Formats: sequence, structure tokens, C-alpha cells
Amino acid sequence: MKVRIKFTKHGILRFIGHLDVMRYFQKAMRRADIPIAFTGGYSPHMIMSFAQPLGIGLTSDGEYMDIELTEPVSSAAAVAALNKVMTEDIRVVSFRQISGDKKSSGMTIVAAADYLVTAKEGPAVPDFWREKLPEFLGQPSVTVEKKTKKSVKELDILPLIYEAELREDGLFLKLAAGSADNVKPDLIMEAFCDWAKEPGQNLHYHRLDLYAADPDGGFLSLEALGSDIL
Amino acid sequence: MRKLALNDEILLKIEKPARYIGGEVNSVMKDKEKVDVRFAMCFPDVYEIGMSHLGIQILYDMFNRMEDVWCERVYSPWTDLDAVMREEKIPLFALESQDPIKDFDFLGITIQYEMCYTNILQVLDLSGIPLLAADRTEDCPVVIGGGPCAYNPEPLADFFDLFYIGEGEAVYRELLDVYKENKKNGGTRKEFLRKAAGIEGIYVPSLYEVTYKEDGTIASFAPADPCAPARVRKQVVMDLSETTYPEKPVVPFIKVTQDRVVLEIQRGCIRGCRFCQAGMIYRPTRERDVEMLKTYARRMLENTGHEEISLSSLSSSDYSRLEELVTYLIDECSRKEINISLPSLRIDAFSLDVMSKVQDVKKSSLTFAPEAGSQRMRNVINKGLTEEDILTGAGEAFEGGWNKVKLYFMLGLPTETEEDMRDIAVLADKVARRYYEIPKEKRNGKCQITASSSFFIPKPFTPFQWARMYSNEEYISRAAVVKHAFQEQLNRKSLKYNWHDAEVTVLEGVLARGDRRVGAAILEAYRLGCLYDAWTENFTYGKWLQAFEKTGIDLAFYNERERGEEEIFPWDFIDIGVTKAFLRKEWERAMKGEVTPNCRQQCSGCGAAVWRGGVCVEGKN
Repeated sequence: MKVRIKFTKHGILRFIGHLDVMRYFQKAMRRADIPIAFTGGYSPHMIMSFAQPLGIGLTSDGEYMDIELTEPVSSAAAVAALNKVMTEDIRVVSFRQISGDKKSSGMTIVAAADYLVTAKEGPAVPDFWREKLPEFLGQPSVTVEKKTKKSVKELDILPLIYEAELREDGLFLKLAAGSADNVKPDLIMEAFCDWAKEPGQNLHYHRLDLYAADPDGGFLSLEALGSDIL
Repeated sequence: MRKLALNDEILLKIEKPARYIGGEVNSVMKDKEKVDVRFAMCFPDVYEIGMSHLGIQILYDMFNRMEDVWCERVYSPWTDLDAVMREEKIPLFALESQDPIKDFDFLGITIQYEMCYTNILQVLDLSGIPLLAADRTEDCPVVIGGGPCAYNPEPLADFFDLFYIGEGEAVYRELLDVYKENKKNGGTRKEFLRKAAGIEGIYVPSLYEVTYKEDGTIASFAPADPCAPARVRKQVVMDLSETTYPEKPVVPFIKVTQDRVVLEIQRGCIRGCRFCQAGMIYRPTRERDVEMLKTYARRMLENTGHEEISLSSLSSSDYSRLEELVTYLIDECSRKEINISLPSLRIDAFSLDVMSKVQDVKKSSLTFAPEAGSQRMRNVINKGLTEEDILTGAGEAFEGGWNKVKLYFMLGLPTETEEDMRDIAVLADKVARRYYEIPKEKRNGKCQITASSSFFIPKPFTPFQWARMYSNEEYISRAAVVKHAFQEQLNRKSLKYNWHDAEVTVLEGVLARGDRRVGAAILEAYRLGCLYDAWTENFTYGKWLQAFEKTGIDLAFYNERERGEEEIFPWDFIDIGVTKAFLRKEWERAMKGEVTPNCRQQCSGCGAAVWRGGVCVEGKN
């Protein structure tokens, strides 16, 4: 049985990198006695895959991993058992069965991510954001240099911003994410500050959720693709 | 939410910020207003090393079981953060509360190896605690040293308020009670130290006076205060099954050196190798009850979620219920996909059978520690392992599919000749020959025999404590003799030889057997920028030489001189149970190449029987 786990990452956990979060959950699965399946072979490891690594320094309300169970366990019991062995700043939100077919399982389905961007010093939403953001987004294109491990690529970021909205508590961004198109929120904010000729600021990035493309158009939260096990 | 001592900007620019944030699974939070004693427990090396140390986990758990005590952890900041903290004047803090160490009642530092001495000064310095105990005021924490290097605390005497000699489970409660009482009565720091000196096992260096002869050796070492005893007796826990042991060790967020459950099955060793300090200071050998170990193994795995468990002891094969314990663990762990690691096993039919069950034969290697190449030399050091043992063990392993062997040796041992050195290569070649005796179609390609040698350092409280060491150049030339011998061997293409750094050896020798005067050189080396000396990339021998020169410390006096029978050693005031007369007798037997039987074969009257326990009373109850 395939299961999708949604969890949050706050506070000090923002300093724990992606691979260490994976190690953390491997140990948590054992502490909570979750009947997780292992691969075969001489050095078996837990069948566990994570969606869209979150960079160091970021917090999140919507992180996901898929695991496989050897026997069913109810969602409520599993969430309770896991939360009992969590440390501060990391909570399991849901534990849902997903279908075994490739379309809903595996983390290649990630298509979009929501972020809330805030300034760490001064007001959460600096004045120039309100003044200049609409004009920035209204340009025909915004080309930035994107560094990969091997080369530097030119990239138009505007088509990758699906939504941008200034809210009371920060700037909301829905961005392309996943293996096809992907853009990180800091790349957008750097481009914006450069264009606005404002000095780079100390910003905090908080991820709100991750989405898969809805075959009927729009996006579906990864959590919505699963259903509670009773 | 806890407020971190370091801001985001710092944490995001340094390597591995998880080293400094605390909050790990099973770490202990308490209300600082509701405890009487705040204890900062320090391992003076980087987090990943310090978190792998069992002793701290034991004491952390023991202290935090006490309602009136909150024990927190602190490690050496890595060099990147060290620079930031100095630049921005951020005081060193404990991981749990993130509060400055300076606010604590105690700073306890475990001293596991000599090469961490400059890191001790770093921890004091960054905490804002004066480096010299004599300069500390009433508002400073009491700085306590413990661990194996406390068996010769003298080079560090100036930096510590007191040393705890022996096993931590024994008298800490008593020490804390004296502290609380003194605090309640408005007593001073000095009054506390004088009272602490009255507790068995506690050494307060400021209460003693040392005088020296013209030749530089010690003339007298005596208390300068009536509160201080002439001899300080090491503390031992005689019943290891009834004492405290952690059920919920702290689980780090990042991968540390020892990322597993560690189960200490026994303390001490019956073998009596003459170079081994642990084999003497932890006498008498005491086992833990096998049922206790099973229970703790299960609980610790449940509470940590670790995927591996390792047994810990100086010589696991000597644990009398090993087979029962290992059978239990294999059964318990195989169902849960948990790995078992069994270090310090003698290679024989039983251990090979166990190892083939718990590890991948193709990937793993076998380890032998003959310590010396020739039988003559092995008799001198009282290493009971014979060439036949090695070749038989290796042979059985090769038949069982193994093809990698590691061999550990020492160079620079007392009485060592060129022939002894060359015999290291000869022995390695014999192991390879044994492999190629197996028909080609039955063996697994070529074999890989890796021999490593370290240079011998005589340690306090060993039969070799009288021995001389050699110069850097002499060590390198000895390693060259071995290297050449390897090149002459038949199977040289299957053999590999590595040797340990000679400069570190020379320094470790001075720090291990030095006296109070050496402290000035440690302080000077730290001021010159020495730090993390245990890390090859940071070790700068030149600065140490400069420090010795500036403080007038003569390396040759400490290293290149065989001590006379009558010489007073800086550590003689410590009573480890094993007597100096026994150690001297062992030294003399070593010179004659005479082997001494192990504790189970025959009691040699070392003196540890004063505790009337452990192996000393086995079969006598």
C-alpha cells in the first residue's frame, strides 16, 4: 500500500538539509513503529521518496514524502504515532493512501509550489513591493541568468510565475516547480530587487504547499490526491 | 520556541548549522528556574565527534535524571564559527538552552585525547572564562576535567579547577551536594574547592605543590593544604548492571561519526598488553549482566530509531556471554532490518560465523591487531596473538569468502630492532601467501592486505611508562625500513603499507607524560593559533615547536629519556589500584621477553583486587 505523508518544517528545522530530513524520518518511522516496506538486496533500505527538496533556511507548511507499507495502518493512528516521536518544529499533518499507479505516486508529479515571502527586518511587506511589483510583472519578459552545476542559462521567469499577490502578511507566489519547469522564489525576488534598483534584502521564504497538475486544468494539492485510511 | 544564540545570517553562512541549534530527539529541556545546578558537559572537538562519545551520553542521562540538575551539551565550534564568534564577540553557549556557558555552575570537559588540549582553551576562551584557574572569579563556572587524559592531568593543571579521576557514575552526586551546600551557606569558590578535595577521586591541582630537582625531574609532589589528600583514588563502579545507563540517547539531526546505538558490554580488559593504558586504568574487568544488555538494546533501538547497534568494549571476545547476546541481537535485529556491528572481536570460527551473518563478506574487511611483526616483539608487549592465530583466522576467513585484511602495528616499541621492523612486512606477506594457497577457481580475485603502523607512545600507568621515545627523524627512518621491506615481498602487489604522522606522535608524547611546566607551552601554542590539532589539516607542528622554544620546554627531556626506577612521575599521586611495583615488574619482564598470563588464566597480583570485584572474584564466590 502506498502512502503520502504531509509534514511541516518550522523553527530550527529550517537549518536541517533535505538529506538529513530523510535520515530523520527513517529513524522516526522506526520509533513510531510504522510498518514501512524495505527494498530487497543485501543492504535493504526504506522505500521512501521526497517531493521537491526545500533549501536550507526555508520553512514550510507543505512538505511531502511517499512511502510504502507492508500492512495497513489507519491514518489517525499513524499521524498520532509519528507526532508522538517528532521533535519540536516538525509535525505530521496527514497520512493518506494514494493509488499505486504512476500518475499519482512518485514525486515526478510536482508541478507548482506556493510560497509566502516576507522581509525579516522592518514591515513584512516593504513599501516598494507595493509600488513597483505590478510594473515588474507587467513586462513582456524578465530574463535572468540561472546557474546550474555545469553552465549558466538564460531564463525568462515571468511564464513561471503562475500567481503573485500582495497580502497583508507577505507576498504570495505560485511558481512552477518540479522536473519540467522550476523556479525558486529567491531567484524572482533577486530579479525584482535588481530591476527596482533596491538593495538586496534579508527575506524569509515560507513554502505553503505543493501541487500536481489537475488533468481538468489548474492544480491539485499533493495531499488531495490521497484519501484517509480508516 | 527557543531563541537561538546565533542569528540566521550566521547560521546560513557557516558549515552544518545543525551543530549549534540543539533540539535533537531525546535532548533534555528543563526550566532553568527550577533547578539548583546547571551543568555544561563539553567534548572539546566538533559536534559530530563529540556526539559519538558514549561517556557523555551516560553522564548527560545520569545528571538529567536528577531533579535538581540540568545538564546541557557544548562542543567546540568549528573554525568557521570560531572566527565569527571572536569577531562579533558572541559568547559560547550550550545547545539546549542556548544560554552562555559563563552562566552555568559547572563546565565539565571530557578529555579523551591529548590532541584536543588547545580546543579546551578555545572552549574556555570563547565562553569568556579566564584560561588560568587562578584568574577565575566567583561568577565563573567551576571547570572540571575527566576522562582518560585526567590520569595524567598535570599538563592541564593550570586550566582546571578540579579533576574527577575515574568513572563518572561514582561520586558526582556527592560533589554536587557539596556544591549546593556551599552555595547555600554563601561559601566562596575557594571554600568549595577545598571541600571538594575531601571527596574521594577529586583532585584540586591548586592545592598541591611540586618541586623539581636540578636535572628537571620531580623532587616532591605534595598537598600544600591540609584539605587535600596525598593520594587521589580513582573511582570505579563495581556493579555495572545496577548503575545508570541511557535508555534514550540523543539522536543528532546530522550524520555523526557514531550514528548508532552503542551498548557497552563490559569495562576493562583481562589481557594486560603492556602498551595499553585502558587495559590498566579500567581494571578490574567488569561485565554487565546479559539480561540487562538485552533490555537496554531493545529500549535504545525503540527510543532512537537507529538502524544499527554496536557493541562496545576493549575486547568483545572476552565477554563471557557473548554468544548468547549476539544470538539474541541477530534474532531481534534481523526482523527489523537493523545492522549489528561487532568491533574488537578475535577472529575465530565463532566470530567468522557471526560476521558472515551480520555483514556483507564481499565488502567488509577483517581486522587483526598483531601490534608487532615478530613473535619476540609481541612477547615484549605481551600481545598474546601468535602468527599461527593470525594465519589460521585469516585462512578460515579467506575460505569463507573474505579477501580484505587490515593489520595494525606499532613502531618504536621498546627493544625494537631492524629485524622486528622488517617482520611487519614479512607477516603481511604470509597472510597474502595464505590467501593464494586457495585454488584460483575458488578464490575471489586478488587479496588486499593493508598494514598500518602508528608510532608507539608510552602512556602513564602502563608497564612502558618508563620507556623512551624517539625523534621525528628517527620515526620516519623506521617507517622507511618497513616500507622497503614491503617492496621486497613476493606478494607486494597485494600489500599496502601506511604509517601515522610522526610529528603528531612527538607532540602527543610530551602532552601524555608531561608535568605542570608543559601547561605554559600549551597556552603559548593556543595563543599562536593552534586549534583542532587532532585534525591533520589544522595541525601545525611549526607553531608547537615555536611554543616549546618560547616557554623553554625541552622535547628531548620528556621524550628521549628512559626514566629511572626511582623517578617520581607527575601522575604518581593517583591511585588506580594497579600498583607501581606491579607495573615495574611488568617492565622488567618485558625487557626479558617474558609473557604474563591474562587475568582469567592466572592472577598476577596487579593490585586491582582491592576492589574485590569483577574478574578478580570470578569463580571465587
